[in-house]
Amino acid sequence: MIVKAVRAVLLALVALFFLFPIFWVLLMSVMTNQDILRSPPSLIFEPTLENYVALISGQLDTSVGTLEVAYMRNLMNSLILGVGSVLLSLLLGVPAAYAFARFRFRLGENIAFTLLSFRFAPPLLVLLPLLFYFQQLGLYDTYFGLIWVYQLITLPLILWIVRGYFEDISEDIEHAYRLDGHSWLATFLRIAIPLARPGIAAAALLAFIFAWNNFIFALILGSSDVQPVTVGALAFITASGINYGQIAAALVLSVVPTLILALFAQRYLVEGLSLGAVKG
Amino acid sequence: MVELAQDRALPRARSSARDWLLPYLLSLPSLLVTIGILIPFGTAVYYSMERYNLAFPAGRQFIWFGNYISLFGDPGFWNTLQVSLLYTLLCVGIQLLLGLGIALLLVRRTWFNDVMSVLLILPLMVAPAIASLMWKLMTNPSFGILSYLLTLVGVERFPWASSPDTALFTVVLVDTWVYTPFITILLLAGLRALPKQPFEAAELDGVPQSFVFFRITLPMLMPYILTAGLFRMLEAIQQFDIIYAMTQGGPGDTLMVFQIQAYLSAFTYTNIGRSAAVLMVLWAITFLLSNLVIKRWLKLRERRHGNA
Repeated sequence: MIVKAVRAVLLALVALFFLFPIFWVLLMSVMTNQDILRSPPSLIFEPTLENYVALISGQLDTSVGTLEVAYMRNLMNSLILGVGSVLLSLLLGVPAAYAFARFRFRLGENIAFTLLSFRFAPPLLVLLPLLFYFQQLGLYDTYFGLIWVYQLITLPLILWIVRGYFEDISEDIEHAYRLDGHSWLATFLRIAIPLARPGIAAAALLAFIFAWNNFIFALILGSSDVQPVTVGALAFITASGINYGQIAAALVLSVVPTLILALFAQRYLVEGLSLGAVKG
Repeated sequence: MVELAQDRALPRARSSARDWLLPYLLSLPSLLVTIGILIPFGTAVYYSMERYNLAFPAGRQFIWFGNYISLFGDPGFWNTLQVSLLYTLLCVGIQLLLGLGIALLLVRRTWFNDVMSVLLILPLMVAPAIASLMWKLMTNPSFGILSYLLTLVGVERFPWASSPDTALFTVVLVDTWVYTPFITILLLAGLRALPKQPFEAAELDGVPQSFVFFRITLPMLMPYILTAGLFRMLEAIQQFDIIYAMTQGGPGDTLMVFQIQAYLSAFTYTNIGRSAAVLMVLWAITFLLSNLVIKRWLKLRERRHGNA
């Protein structure tokens, strides 16, 4: 009985610690600045959507007049960068994952490890020279350049998770299909990929979230035109000054997409995270 | 099924030069895309051996290990090393303990525990930079809810990230909020994958719970704990987002970890050579750590595929 009570109390504390910040920022985002600054803080207030309206319309009323912000542009950039990087990684990574899973070829493991080790190098080490190269090549501040660099995050993730999935699928069905006279490509597209679909979905989802949450790549390789919400939110805080309700609303808008994805696809996600880290 | 099993015994159908090339063709595009990233790595190594300051382009010169030698004589660098290691040890230690504790609380599969483990993933889905900004709102001295709650228990004006005494605590707190769920997820998967027999036998023999935990659960869970810990260590020593969004390394040089130090060297002081040298030192550390990670991880992979 006592054990049960202690367990319940501990779990309540855990839930409080991990969920309270999200709850509180959500609450702040529907408060006016007066309500936020009220002391002592009160849970009784008139909820308002004006912070969101201001962000979405891009017109912020401040003490010094109306300020134009492009926070929606930042959200759009995050979406473009995330979707673009994941699609490119799938296109490149799924065939490679299949090759590593099905063929024991010379250099294969070496190539696979080279790709994996990119996940662990300090990002700035590569970003610093890349900034100069990108400026020369005209890739600085472009979606294309950033999507290319984002491959450092999304490609290894997709490669290794999908490889693990292919390895778990028996080769027998593919062999049977090929003996029926179908080409290698048809086997890959019609048998292997559909069977590995849960793994591919898990990997793509996780890769999207990692890309969405990235901060340092765009901080260095992009200006405000292509910058995602992670960088945009920091700039927004500097610009909007003391309008805390709007800051909270901006933060909420930046996390809502990944939180919703996580809730809808949590089974895939847990699988992806543990596959990527422990199982392989 | 019998037919399928026989098919496997057949030699590969139509083995030709094209089939032999196939795996290379399939993996080549991935490699090419990432090799474009390898070139800058080489450039960075070169930068680290140059006197290279954007403010004095005429002084650019190859100086071998000059940057490294001046780093080792620079108290700022030793401060960076110290802060980074302290940050890493605190984060990994606290998160392993907390993560393990939570995993143990959630290991039984009840609907409540399942809901909890889903909700617990949420902080992990928040971008670290954004998480930092969320905590900044909550610790704001004039309206932050945490500052207010502390005054209720008699702590007035807790300075959070604005004082050198509490800044490290504050960013470790944010890091713990974001990443503990990662450890919990891994250890929960590990705990649920443990074989049942030793626990049943221990229960039959009436072995005390603490003995079961330290002699059975913990040793069997160790590979998972080590993997999770190494992974976190690798990320924590490279932490940038949380600290940059919170204080940009300040106050003073309290939170000047490797990547912040390198960022400021390059973008505030335009000293590219020094920045690259700092990053190379960090790279050497992460290279050692990542080799350990990959080795352990391969072992786990092998074990799993061996069993399958």
